[in-house]
Amino acid sequence: MKGAAIAVALVLVGVLVFLAVNGSPAFTAGEGELPAHAKNFLALAAPLAFGSLWVAVIALALAALPAVGVALAATIYAPAPRFGRFLGAVLDLLAAVPSVVFGLWGLMVLAPVMVPLYEWLHAHAGWLPFFSGEPSVTGRTVLTAGMVVAVMILPIMAAMCRESFALTPPALIEAAYALGATRWEMTRAAVLPVARSGIVAGGMLGLGRALGETMAVAMVLSATPDLISLNVISSENPSTIAAFIASTFPESTGSAVSALIGLGLVLFAISLVVSIAGRRIAKKGAAR
Amino acid sequence: MTATLTTGQPGPALAHDAAATLAASRPGLARRVKNRIATAAVVGAVALTAVPLALVIWAAVERGSARLDLTLFSHSMRGVVGQGGGLLHALTGTLLITAATAVIAIPLGISAAIYLTEYAGRARLASLTRRAVDIMVSIPSIVAGLAAYALFSLLFGPGTRSGLAGAAALAMIMIPVVVRSSEEVLRLVPGDLREAGLALGSPRWRVIRKIVLPTALPGLTAGAVLGVARIIGETAPLLLVAGFTDAMNYNLAEGRMATLPVFIYTQWSAKGLDTAAYDQRAWAGALVLMAVVVVLQLAARALPPQIAKIRRNR
Amino acid sequence: MTATVPNSIGAAQAGSPPKDRGGAARVVAGGLDLGQTASAAGLEAIVGGIDPRLLAAQAAPAAPGSMSIQNVSCYYGAHLAVADVALEIPGRAVTAFIGPSGCGKSTLLRAINRMHEVIPGARATGSIKLDGVDLYERGIDPVSVRSKVGMVFQKPNPFPAMSIKDNVLAGLIIRGARPRGSAADELVERCLNRAHLWEEVKDRLKKSGDSLSGGQQQRLCIARAIAVQPDVVLMDEPCSALDPISTLAIEELMRDLARDYTVVVVTHNMAQANRISDITAFFSLASAGQPGRLVESGLTADIFSAPKVAATRDYIDGRFG
Repeated sequence: MKGAAIAVALVLVGVLVFLAVNGSPAFTAGEGELPAHAKNFLALAAPLAFGSLWVAVIALALAALPAVGVALAATIYAPAPRFGRFLGAVLDLLAAVPSVVFGLWGLMVLAPVMVPLYEWLHAHAGWLPFFSGEPSVTGRTVLTAGMVVAVMILPIMAAMCRESFALTPPALIEAAYALGATRWEMTRAAVLPVARSGIVAGGMLGLGRALGETMAVAMVLSATPDLISLNVISSENPSTIAAFIASTFPESTGSAVSALIGLGLVLFAISLVVSIAGRRIAKKGAAR
Repeated sequence: MTATLTTGQPGPALAHDAAATLAASRPGLARRVKNRIATAAVVGAVALTAVPLALVIWAAVERGSARLDLTLFSHSMRGVVGQGGGLLHALTGTLLITAATAVIAIPLGISAAIYLTEYAGRARLASLTRRAVDIMVSIPSIVAGLAAYALFSLLFGPGTRSGLAGAAALAMIMIPVVVRSSEEVLRLVPGDLREAGLALGSPRWRVIRKIVLPTALPGLTAGAVLGVARIIGETAPLLLVAGFTDAMNYNLAEGRMATLPVFIYTQWSAKGLDTAAYDQRAWAGALVLMAVVVVLQLAARALPPQIAKIRRNR
Repeated sequence: MTATVPNSIGAAQAGSPPKDRGGAARVVAGGLDLGQTASAAGLEAIVGGIDPRLLAAQAAPAAPGSMSIQNVSCYYGAHLAVADVALEIPGRAVTAFIGPSGCGKSTLLRAINRMHEVIPGARATGSIKLDGVDLYERGIDPVSVRSKVGMVFQKPNPFPAMSIKDNVLAGLIIRGARPRGSAADELVERCLNRAHLWEEVKDRLKKSGDSLSGGQQQRLCIARAIAVQPDVVLMDEPCSALDPISTLAIEELMRDLARDYTVVVVTHNMAQANRISDITAFFSLASAGQPGRLVESGLTADIFSAPKVAATRDYIDGRFG
């Protein structure tokens, strides 16, 4: 039993050591040794890190309100406990759909449908940097990728919110109703203040997942790896770390592989920071 | 039996008065509209959750059922260009790799959880292990694939790809899931059950084996099943370390091994001339994979209620 | 106007003078209409020995805030929890609901301000009239019912994220009508004074409500309830989580509140019911799982000295429950 605990800890140490040993040469690698014709590791990693954050932030922005809403529907707004359980099953199922299936769907079903919307956005809101430039004719854009990732992180965030809404003291719900609150006023007075840290922690968890999301982005996004652009509807899109690794790795050898492992370390570090921040917030809320 | 004791029936004038104050205390238009908007937003959020799920399922059924034939399950892709072919090799690979992963991750994860709940208390190793689990949960799956690749390159030379490497990568993802869910289930076993056993003079390991584990078994099983459901759809790490092949491979230790998720990906990414045939196979693969996931979910759900807690923890 | 509210009967016991807040003349023709609402048995119960105090009450005009409960049954899903209650609750008086656990007294109390239906699957049938207006009539918004009929709960439940001051104003803040400046200060002082809490908290209004003792929190909740100007204040075992001294303070406060509000209190403590209430309603149930029913109600002095029904006598003598 003790051995198993040691083994679990060792697995993590092993992961870090193997990544560091195989990835570290990339940090000092020069031109010609790196994929995507990058001059040095920073020039390779920076645009990809930007892309990862950009897609993740878009996904988070799209998923946050629906996640809170569906969590409210499953708890406070549920007309009967059975409805809450049913909604829970729907969320579990959504969370269980493999990312490769979402990728296939995003690319073949969602992307073409989005093209007219992107044209409309470009025509009417083209003065915003997000919608300037020629819109993509395939729909395989940062925004489409963000939408698909949003659907994927929604159940994770909703689960966190649901948990904290369910912990609302019934006494506070009754207090608010007894003062003549409408349901929404009750939610704002009794439910949301107590659940605030849970909502934020859920958001961080979703952000972490979105950063690490690979296949859906790799398939949906038609990417240019060395690009940094805020445009979300163009055919020229930045790539993400995870998607770049997945699409480049199978054909890579030697120093290119080491560069991809180095990128993996960078991604790991970013995810770790986000997840630690999320846990801190959740703990602080639980202590209060 | 009732007794009427009031001082009077309110007259019409009074009734009117009271009705007026009650009407006046009705929430104003702004409050009612806000409440309505909030309710509508909540309903809309439910729709935003349910509609994509329905659309994905529908797409898989509509586009995948065309190839849901016998050939799909009886043939590999060996020598197939264009129409025909199947995913037998990928299904076999998924079963083998998932089984290997389960064999690594479930005993290790449950044992570690038993150590954490039954033995460790506040030992330093326990907090170290918990922290390791917390960090492992946040490892992106593709990073787990890279780590497994690095490990196997070190052991068997650079560029090694095998089913076992895939299982190693997936185990890194599954172990923290199993540890967490098992720990939670074991904590639900009432402490007085343990004390009753210990009071009878049984040694600790016997109490665990005879009392704690049987009580927790349904929950542990559900946790394991959900762990399997979590990794069976994983694509990225397998793409990296198990690779892809068109042919059958029953040997976990050697050679590239196809899996269902990677099959779906490559049917799309490495299309031949007859693109429709490849798309159909990709969607058929997606349909089969989703069916497997749904069955696993239902199986975990059919187990007793403690599981509701684990599921949230995923 | 000189009003002899039924309150005076009980008030004599508790030593708190009756006072009518109502402005307009609310003289009701006909006075007490016993024949129409009372069942034959109930009529007998009262008329059996005609009580001069009751006659005085009959002659008095209806105090505002009087309630009339008719044919009320409460359900949790398909389970009938309270069956067919008919009860008159006089305005500006304290009415106590007593009875063994599970007899439905709390459920009925929650039905009065339509809090019962907040629980999924719970509903109530029948009619509950406040000053003649049926609160269960179609088209009546439960939200408006709850702003006229306030409630105080068993466990004090101030909002933890709000200061003491904001807790008093919570009802207004919640509905987006937070008063500012001196209006807010005046309202807070008035309500806290009314809840006998002002002196104790006036120097720490910005502190969290959590910093108060249980008894103080309960009085804060009472201040919060009356800040929205209800006609009726319902109290669901308000003292059961408190120590004896805090209990005494709340009891005094309840008597005092009855000068301006109709107070209905559920209590397990029979001595308390006897001390503070004008009217007592005794509820019971045949056996566990059976619906609760109103067994007997009347002037508190009568119920405690000469109950008409054997079950009431047994309960009051401590023979069961």
